[in-house]
Amino acid sequence: MSTNNARTLRRAQAGTTEPAWVKWTLIGVVLVFVFLFLVLPLAAVFTEALRKGAGAFLEALQEPDAWSAIRLTLLTAAIAVPLNLVFGVAAAWAIAKYEFKGKAFLTTLVDLPFSVSPVVAGLVYVLMFGAHGWFGPWLQANDVKIIFAVPGIVLATIFVTFPFIARELIPLMQAQGSEEEQAALVLGATGWQTFWHVTLPNIKWGLIYGVILCNARAMGEFGAVSVVSGHIRGQTNTMPLHVEILYNEYQSVAAFAVASLLALLALVTLVIKSFVEWQFERQEKAAAHLPPERPTP
Amino acid sequence: MHAAIALGAPARRGPKRVLPGFKVTLGFTLFYLSVIVLIPLSALVFKTFTLTWDQFVAAVSSPRVVASYQLTFGASFLAALVNAVFGLLVAWVLVRYSFPGKKIVDALVDLPFALPTAVAGISLTALLASNGWVGSLLEPYGINLAFNRNGVVIALIFIGLPFVVRTVQPVLEDAEKELEEAAASLGATRWQTFRYVIFPAIGPALLTGFAMAFARAIGEYGSVIFIAGNMPMVSEITPLIIIGKLEQYDYAGATAVAVVMLGFSFVMLLVINALQSWQRKRAGA
Repeated sequence: MSTNNARTLRRAQAGTTEPAWVKWTLIGVVLVFVFLFLVLPLAAVFTEALRKGAGAFLEALQEPDAWSAIRLTLLTAAIAVPLNLVFGVAAAWAIAKYEFKGKAFLTTLVDLPFSVSPVVAGLVYVLMFGAHGWFGPWLQANDVKIIFAVPGIVLATIFVTFPFIARELIPLMQAQGSEEEQAALVLGATGWQTFWHVTLPNIKWGLIYGVILCNARAMGEFGAVSVVSGHIRGQTNTMPLHVEILYNEYQSVAAFAVASLLALLALVTLVIKSFVEWQFERQEKAAAHLPPERPTP
Repeated sequence: MHAAIALGAPARRGPKRVLPGFKVTLGFTLFYLSVIVLIPLSALVFKTFTLTWDQFVAAVSSPRVVASYQLTFGASFLAALVNAVFGLLVAWVLVRYSFPGKKIVDALVDLPFALPTAVAGISLTALLASNGWVGSLLEPYGINLAFNRNGVVIALIFIGLPFVVRTVQPVLEDAEKELEEAAASLGATRWQTFRYVIFPAIGPALLTGFAMAFARAIGEYGSVIFIAGNMPMVSEITPLIIIGKLEQYDYAGATAVAVVMLGFSFVMLLVINALQSWQRKRAGA
């Protein structure tokens, strides 16, 4: 009887899980793949940067051109991320809280910059503001430089990071509905109060998530920025562009030293992202354990 | 109390209109979208109209450009295919098994999203060049993965990996175990259960992830140019053709090729949207 039961149990398990050797083979294949494609490239950045010792590494980072690249990268992100944050919140509010014609189409358009090649993204601004572009002659007459200058770099960065925050917030706010906001308004809160005290705490983690991904891309963007920058050393070189120039000049250690700062940024981004996901799950679980506030219809 | 009831009634009739800020937020959204995305993209299309049809065709179908399409599409397709296989495997292992280091693997999957493409490019090149860690191991066997088409595919595998994992993973997490138990109790082997129960359930997500990885790979520039060697007709990708034309001040030619790429982006965007709504319907049914 008991052997019979054990056999049935084994058969049932054989149907819903894999044999141990299959399981461990699959895990092994994944670990090898992850090691080759993700761990090795990351490790290579740091070992190449330290190839000639810590002294050469630090020296490379103290170059004035490296510093100006770091400053420009920080400046670009400091402009692009807040603008896309305001846009992301506004777009998510309009799309998630209301019904209107063309909503699905608008949502698709918000995603559009993700599917456009970065090189094409850079090119469109050259066609608008370049010497031969739409506004080129007017800009030249008024002595305003956009292409091969900082404004072009900022614009191209805004374009490629455009959807990041909006696309995190739209599904989140759609899932949360607007009952809590309506309750706040009914109780006499103003629109701003409702947003600050009801909506914002609810979307906090989604917002942070979007911001750190947006920031990582803004600081790391290469293709779009490369088209509009003009590669003027000390003036229009962002960190990724500086990496390219050093690499092409066979200054491998210096190139990887600057690259290692960007790799650190990526690692910090991943750590914050994991933390946010953990917090978000905790919030969801806490919400699931709350007693229902009212009988469900 | 009375006020609440009085306000509550219309709120129930038209709950979506009570919240303030619709005009302001929608207005700003449309303004920002137009200034940053729509007007610049339309500049691209208008610039194309300054070319005659013959000039346009000549610009987008010269042998060197056609060779770049073949490489870009071929390498992107191959990379997306590899991503589909390994992405599914990674998602499966992360959802179904527990093993030491699982959290780290899960976090690392997003590395290609977070690591700047130029850094990925020089790093992969350093690894695969004949004096690199991997390249030096392969060179005695006559295998060269850097400065040729192989390098292009490898860079594209790197940048496309998270797309498949992150679309398949949630679907696998939500998949109902009961269905698998039912299949098993009806006598299906594990492989049959996977083939006829699990695979159809995650099929749409897998296809969506494949399409996203493919679309991203087509437009990719930064990670590829370092490792490709960039030989015309052999290992030159289409975005690099655009850059090359721009550097020679051939704005019209660059625009023409860019329009072809933009058209493809639109098509992929619609395909991915259609796949996602198919996936949602599947999940809802």
